[in-house]
Amino acid sequence: MAAAGTLLLSSVTRPFDVLLMASDPPPEEGPWWGIGMDIHLCIGCGMCAKACKIENQVPDEPFYFRTWVEQYTILNNGEVKIESPNGGIDGFKPSFEEEEIFKTFFVPKMCNQCAKSPCTQVCPVGATYDSPDGVALVDDSYCIGCGYCVQACPYGCRYIHPEKKVADKCTLCYHRLKNGLAPACMEVCPTKARIYGDLRDRESELVSFLREHDYQVLKPHLNTGSKLFYNGLTAEIS
Amino acid sequence: MPAQINRILLLFFAFIGLFLIVRHFLIPESFGQYGHYRGDSLIENAEKDKIFADAQDCHACHSDILEKLENEMHAGLSCLICHGPGRTHVEDPQLGNIAKESGMEFCGKCHDIHPARRGDVVFQVDISTHHTEKTDCIECHNPHALWEGME
Repeated sequence: MAAAGTLLLSSVTRPFDVLLMASDPPPEEGPWWGIGMDIHLCIGCGMCAKACKIENQVPDEPFYFRTWVEQYTILNNGEVKIESPNGGIDGFKPSFEEEEIFKTFFVPKMCNQCAKSPCTQVCPVGATYDSPDGVALVDDSYCIGCGYCVQACPYGCRYIHPEKKVADKCTLCYHRLKNGLAPACMEVCPTKARIYGDLRDRESELVSFLREHDYQVLKPHLNTGSKLFYNGLTAEIS
Repeated sequence: MPAQINRILLLFFAFIGLFLIVRHFLIPESFGQYGHYRGDSLIENAEKDKIFADAQDCHACHSDILEKLENEMHAGLSCLICHGPGRTHVEDPQLGNIAKESGMEFCGKCHDIHPARRGDVVFQVDISTHHTEKTDCIECHNPHALWEGME
């Protein structure tokens, strides 16, 4: 009888309110991680995509990526061509005659770590969430692999892991971040085209980057609260 | 109160009781600690194995190379770019267990001439015409001292 009473009591005390809240407001203190990318500095070496696959044991197939590099080529006739052979891991070879090209550049892509992330809002079981420090994470043991988040992400940054059968995505190398190390992709970026930092810390590298550049986010009309800020983003990039 | 209402009420309370019991077993202990998710998952995510070494560890043994690099074009680059993740080497430093990537293909990923690569960001060379008689860039260029031994 006493055991049954304790059980009922403990059940009642388990929070009911959290079942109603899909995403939580940011906390007032502690770091609030964001990312800065400089398109002018990206040389398309693909070290980031390669390091990410090694660090996070991302499957080798050329369609599973947590980060990748795209090459945008705008031709003289206005056509926009986007290529990303093996996510850029093997480097890029020129694929258009220089006379045809109006403009060309590399765009590194990864999870935007949105403040109002569409992927966490649609999760039916609470297996993906925004951490208190602003990183969208996946709970491997709770995910049912429905793939709804994969569809919801407007940036194509999620996939279903073929072995674990759960959603997988960039964690901003949360296991490194929490130990004071840079995410693997940023550690190996030779030109510092990608940086991370605490958006609340006015002294951080990222805040200085934002102060000094005319930054923009991807798909701002979707109001995702993206925390990946690009310098040199042009209208063609989506 | 009519007997049939009593029976329905009893059923109603039994149902609520059952709901609470099921709830107790289905909701993990740390669920709702920070939000609509398992709080322990934060710790699990933070405790995953690190594969890439801490680049600061390189300084402990190789400060001589790193000092020499300061005046080089490769200054400021992470050792891990060319030397791989390096975790096994940091844990058990031996000559054989550290990668030393080189070759036209590897160096070319950054340095081969490409229209999307800005010349002011990285030094570029047309690998298809530059000293085609050689097989590896490091035959002439020491990555730690690029112009050493050259006129």
